Amino acid sequence: MQRLVVGAGYGLKDWLAQRVTGVVMAVFALIIFAAALGGAMSSREAWQAFMANGFIRFLSFLFIVSLCWHAWVGVRDIWMDYLNSAALRLFLHVMTLLALVGYAGWAIQIIWRL
Amino acid sequence: MSEMTKQRPKHLALHEIRLPLAGFASILHRVSGAGLFLLLPLLIWLLQLSLGSTQSSAEMFAAVTGNWLVKLILLGLLWAFFHHFCMGIRILLIDVHVGVEKQQAHASAMAVMVISLALTAIFGLKLLGAY
Repeated sequence: MQRLVVGAGYGLKDWLAQRVTGVVMAVFALIIFAAALGGAMSSREAWQAFMANGFIRFLSFLFIVSLCWHAWVGVRDIWMDYLNSAALRLFLHVMTLLALVGYAGWAIQIIWRL
Repeated sequence: MSEMTKQRPKHLALHEIRLPLAGFASILHRVSGAGLFLLLPLLIWLLQLSLGSTQSSAEMFAAVTGNWLVKLILLGLLWAFFHHFCMGIRILLIDVHVGVEKQQAHASAMAVMVISLALTAIFGLKLLGAY
């Protein structure tokens, strides 16, 4: 049977999520860049003190969540575009999702341990 | 309509397609994103080493980032980040209808390529210890 696979409704949400998470990451990157110019990377101690700042930890958390969400949408798009096998696609979707959730936990634990 | 549907190529010959610059930059957006995703564990590990409080993590960080192969990978990731960043801004601008015209789109794609390569050179030389 021929089916038209449209109308799942997640397209617009993903499109918006990709923009919002992208902007969050871009702003964070500019903050890190400005901080580096201000000497936040001049030494190991300076870098650790900068990253331990409460506000920066808050932003770092948002960055990590944005990165993983953004990567999920982007990588899933790659699998959807190039893989014809539904089984392989499902497998890689699940592996991507698991990897990203794990990365998020790992990275958050690094910044919140400070 | 059905006649057109029949003649549509089922398998695109990728090596025969000549992309305009904007298409090339767009594919590189995907390539750079995929590269950043695949090497994310390396970046998180480096973050962990850079923020570790023990002497061994400091030594490990110095040893890993001092390795020439790692430097080469980081140089590639640097380009991937800058290209993805610049291209992302281009996409956001086009979303709000800035630079949609063909000539402007071509110029902005060129700008993305040039700026991201220039930034990679500037930060890459720092990474390689040139200054």
